[in-house]
Amino acid sequence: MSETILVFAEHHAGKLARPAWEAIAAAQHLAGDLKAGVVAAVLGENPGAMANELAQADVQQVLAVASPLLREYTSDGYAAAAAQLIRERKPQYVVFSHTYQVRDFAPKLAARLGGGLASDCLGYRCEGRKVIFVRQVFQGKFYADVEFVGAPPYSVSFQASAFREDAVQRGPAPAPVENVAASLDASTIRVKPGERFREAKQAVDLAQAEIIVAVGRGIKAPENLEMAKQLAEALGGELGASRPICDSGWLPMDRQIGSSGQTVAPKLYLALGISGAIQHQVGMKGSKTIVAVNKDKEAPIFEVATYGIVGDLFEIVPPLTDAVRKMKSR
Amino acid sequence: MKIIICLKQVPARDAVLRLNSASCWIEESDLTFEVNEPDLYALEEALRLKEKHGGEVVVCTLGPARAQQAIKEALAKGADRALHLDDNVFISLDAFGIAQALAAAIRKEDPDLVLTGLQSDDSGFAQTGVILAELLGLPHATIIMEIQAQEKSLKVKRELEAGWFEWMELPLPALLTIQSGINKPRYATLKGIMGAKSKPIQKLGAGELALTAEALEPRQKITRVYTPVKAAKTQFFEGSPKEIAETLLDKLKNEARVL
Ligand SMILES: Cc1cc2nc3c(=O)[nH]c(=O)nc-3n(C[C@H](O)[C@H](O)[C@H](O)COP(=O)(O)OP(=O)(O)OC[C@H]3O[C@@H](n4cnc5c(N)ncnc54)[C@H](O)[C@@H]3O)c2cc1C
Ligand SMILES: Nc1ncnc2c1ncn2[C@@H]1O[C@H](COP(=O)(O)O)[C@@H](O)[C@H]1O
Repeated sequence: MSETILVFAEHHAGKLARPAWEAIAAAQHLAGDLKAGVVAAVLGENPGAMANELAQADVQQVLAVASPLLREYTSDGYAAAAAQLIRERKPQYVVFSHTYQVRDFAPKLAARLGGGLASDCLGYRCEGRKVIFVRQVFQGKFYADVEFVGAPPYSVSFQASAFREDAVQRGPAPAPVENVAASLDASTIRVKPGERFREAKQAVDLAQAEIIVAVGRGIKAPENLEMAKQLAEALGGELGASRPICDSGWLPMDRQIGSSGQTVAPKLYLALGISGAIQHQVGMKGSKTIVAVNKDKEAPIFEVATYGIVGDLFEIVPPLTDAVRKMKSR
Repeated sequence: MKIIICLKQVPARDAVLRLNSASCWIEESDLTFEVNEPDLYALEEALRLKEKHGGEVVVCTLGPARAQQAIKEALAKGADRALHLDDNVFISLDAFGIAQALAAAIRKEDPDLVLTGLQSDDSGFAQTGVILAELLGLPHATIIMEIQAQEKSLKVKRELEAGWFEWMELPLPALLTIQSGINKPRYATLKGIMGAKSKPIQKLGAGELALTAEALEPRQKITRVYTPVKAAKTQFFEGSPKEIAETLLDKLKNEARVL
């Protein structure tokens, strides 16, 4: 029998989310290289409809893992149900997308099963039967090759868009769906999820902005924001920021761009003193043109920049603002 | 409330990092280190909980001798005492191994609450806290932005993606992983710095923690660390700031056509 790659399909309130398909794409890719079969699993109270949707993908089988105790996501419930499944099916690899939900339960699951979890991977390469996973270390300044040691299951979570949703291969016919009843004990589910909400109404909708001037920790002090504000004004754009600027209260949270803030795709994005951590990049890399000003030529932001300026933003920005004003007044 | 705060020392954010000669980690000599950012927020949260509910804040750090500096900073800010896990066999453990060692130390303390950061700036596993919760048999919640402590339970605000949040309740004892921005970390006062000198730091090695080589066995190992191969076709501009400004505007206008 060939090896199995089990892939976890995340959903929110019964709707499969993009990370589910990205994980399937990753699992299919890995299965192709390892000549293994892909089994997709979706957990929930009534996961049947989602399982049928997943069955459109070219996979060996879809497992609809059901229990009333899986109605809402909890780390306790998901880890217990997934551990049961993995112990029974003995997959070689378990594939996830590196989402907040996966961060919340996959390390627990892997620890319970005694296997490793290579988290937030960018990709992998094969050397014979050996699979080498690639992940970022030092906030993206370096990459690391990672190998599993010891016995499977080997769990791996891939970064958002490491594999693309549209790369999912569809099957010639729907894959068989198997209903699995998870046997969970209510007393082992200790965490109680409550209401989901968003903070008070957003004052700005950066998603609508055509030009965004975003500042990062390179701006150094709140009083220096004025300089960036002037550039934004001259360009007729909005001011945005990386998370630490909002964490420090220098700008309100509705200006934060990234995985825990807003996702934007303006025609022009200027990143001033932003290193370009993945959590920031996911929120802005869809921008048409990206300009990065950073004094560190190795900063990861330059990997997504159209135009790069290696230098001190305090020297670059004022003449740039002047030049924009001059251009506009012509 | 007895609170353990797991605090890691990592290279300073603006330090220039170089690869070591074996290209399997960075060169650590001549490097400045600091406390992992989310851990500073976790420490602040621990101190505030203690101020409100009484109890004790114990720092728990695994790292070489240099990590004393991070521990002292936490003691100066108001933590009561520290556990310093230092042993040659602790060098280059993976998240599982680190969590095993931390769990062995924390188990003896029998705390009401364990706080960790959500992620380290160097390894970036985003795993240690959650594994630790599993090893200690504690309920946990991740990426926390607010804590309301009751007698026997916690109500916490958990950050979700794209600006969403969720309230959660969990019984004590519990473990939380703290997200940056939950509070405004304090600075150490001079009095705090002086006071820290007499606070106890307990050194613990694998022997004291009864940790066998088997328990620390890695689940994953780094075989190589390297500079990312740049795929981007970024155009870089050089010259005086004024020249750069003009070239950039010209490109934005005539090449990218976004102005
Ligand atoms: C779960 C999770 C969610 C997150 N969500 C987000 C999010 O939504 N958005 C977000 O932005 N981050 C988010 N982060 C944080 C993210 O990982 C980074 O820590 C953050 O983006 C770094 O912000 P920064 O680039 O401003 O700061 P740093 O990484 O400190 O970078 C500052 C940069 O400024 C440069 N610089 C310094 N001085 C100058 C100067 N004078 N001139 C020019 N350049 C200079 C430096 O070279 C450096 O590259 C999240 C993290 C986690 C773990
Ligand atoms: N060596 C360590 N000593 C103490 N705490 C640690 C150590 N490594 C990780 N942690 C804790 O675990 C969190 C997550 O780290 P990581 O899993 O490496 O991303 C950190 O924010 C710390 O709170």
